[in-house]
Amino acid sequence: MVQMKPTRDGFGEALLELGEKNKDVVALCADLTDSTRAGWFRDKYPDRFISIGISEQDMYSTAAGLSLTGKIPFAATFGVFASGRAWDQIRISIAYMNLNVKIIGTHGGISVGADGATHQAIEEIGLMRILPNMTIIVPCDALEAKKATIKSAEYKGPVYIRLGRNKSPNITKEGEKFEIGKAMTLKDGSDLTIIACGLMVHESLVASDELAKEGIKARVINLHTPKPIDKDAIIKAAKETKAIVTAEEHLIHCGMGSAVSEVLSENFPVPMKMVGIRDRFGESGEPEELLKKFGLTSAGIVKAAREVLKLKKRG
Amino acid sequence: MTQKIKELKKKAINIRKDILIMLEQAKSGHTGGSLSEVEILLALYGYKLKYDPKKPEWDMRDRFILSKGHGCPGLYAVLADAGFFPKKELMTLRKLGSRLQGHPQLGLPGLEISSGSLGQGLSIANGIALGLRLDNKPCRVYCLIGDGEANEGQIWEAAMTAAHYNLDNLCVIMDRNRFQIDGLCCDVKDMLQMKMRWNAFGWHAIEIDGHDIEKVMNALDEAESIKKKPTIIIADTVKGKGVSFIEHNNKYHGTAPKKADLERALEELAEALKKL
Repeated sequence: MVQMKPTRDGFGEALLELGEKNKDVVALCADLTDSTRAGWFRDKYPDRFISIGISEQDMYSTAAGLSLTGKIPFAATFGVFASGRAWDQIRISIAYMNLNVKIIGTHGGISVGADGATHQAIEEIGLMRILPNMTIIVPCDALEAKKATIKSAEYKGPVYIRLGRNKSPNITKEGEKFEIGKAMTLKDGSDLTIIACGLMVHESLVASDELAKEGIKARVINLHTPKPIDKDAIIKAAKETKAIVTAEEHLIHCGMGSAVSEVLSENFPVPMKMVGIRDRFGESGEPEELLKKFGLTSAGIVKAAREVLKLKKRG
Repeated sequence: MTQKIKELKKKAINIRKDILIMLEQAKSGHTGGSLSEVEILLALYGYKLKYDPKKPEWDMRDRFILSKGHGCPGLYAVLADAGFFPKKELMTLRKLGSRLQGHPQLGLPGLEISSGSLGQGLSIANGIALGLRLDNKPCRVYCLIGDGEANEGQIWEAAMTAAHYNLDNLCVIMDRNRFQIDGLCCDVKDMLQMKMRWNAFGWHAIEIDGHDIEKVMNALDEAESIKKKPTIIIADTVKGKGVSFIEHNNKYHGTAPKKADLERALEELAEALKKL
């Protein structure tokens, strides 16, 4: 039985661990303390928790100030607010000064569900990717979210971590090494490569099994760090499999797939298909319904794989 | 004390000269708001702040945050005068490769933050004040904002945060020169009763003449004596202070004096120095 857990829980657990290990770790939240799981830290380390109220711009600049005194602030809210609402504050107060602030955006993606478009963050990778000095991590499961949080505290500089609201299957294992900026090959294959992050990693593995039934060997890469991107892994996959599919719970514009396409087009262009949301806002619905509607499923990935193989054959 | 005040008054004139000279050769920059903040900066760097220009990162220093980043020529001139970097570097203002960027960028000794996008400095100052308090450090944090800058909603978000956390190690100084780019603040977006606003937000507020250096010094002392709440010093200033044809002339908000204007301005300042 696969263990199911939301990635935000992995963050909450890691933050508790960090609180114990490092007294410089502080947390801030903009009135979503329980939802983001920063509440677990608040309950244990109230002196190092700063409730900032519904003012995200103030929160990210305040976090910048805390980091200037040597603190390691984790500032959490929903992804829509963590990226868009406070973008200029992140640009000037954090990225421009290259400060050691950890930006936690929970409730990422369309799978937020019924809350609808205003609360579905489908642009964060793009909004953060265009900022110099920024690192972006999109963990694929709760365990990876935990490792990513702990690693981000050791890493000096701004980091954005995108987390999900709902329970998702655990894919990674306790002993496996997580390294910021180093993609993980989860499954080998020679016909094409599926590069995914977040929730789509699990779907990619399912898609790969489906394709195997037809005799298609699909490599699956977990690109948990869209920035800095693991160019070597991408170029190697392009050279060895000569076809790429990317899958992300995000707009295809400026997202992880775009980042992959930039690497490919400059280094080793091969046919490519992107699974993601195409130039529209989200809407209300059950998470599963929405993922299906937007094609963010193993079936959607299988379809893209068949298309990319046609392009590859055409040469 | 009187000797100190006399010395700072003289220094204010010389700093104004430096500001105008550097702006003229840079051919762009914010003249009005740099000239209006001079006495405030000198009361800080010449009297109140604890710092060591040889050790800009000394962890027991007081912090000065320039939130109104466009006022950086004034701060650069004062930092050079305080010995943070060689005075001749002032002449590199806004030039390619200079540490004196058009708006402040971290990396120049003495600068605590990068700024230029208005409204963010006060939140950063809050964060520093909170961090220092967590470490039980007695250092104080000073933050200079503009009155036009108070149009930004983030200023008021930060004002609430500082009061909520009783940040008595924080003192904000507002350079109230009454102008912003589009004209008089009251015409652009009237902020009405400024002091009352800050009081209503839970702050101790002091109103003073921002060009009377002794009054600025006293207000900074008063701020330090106030416990359990943050203090704002609303300093009434004149935009372009010190030069007759720049004073109250909003044309000089974001433009530098031309060569001929500079010469006239320097003559006026030399005259003022003689009269002191």
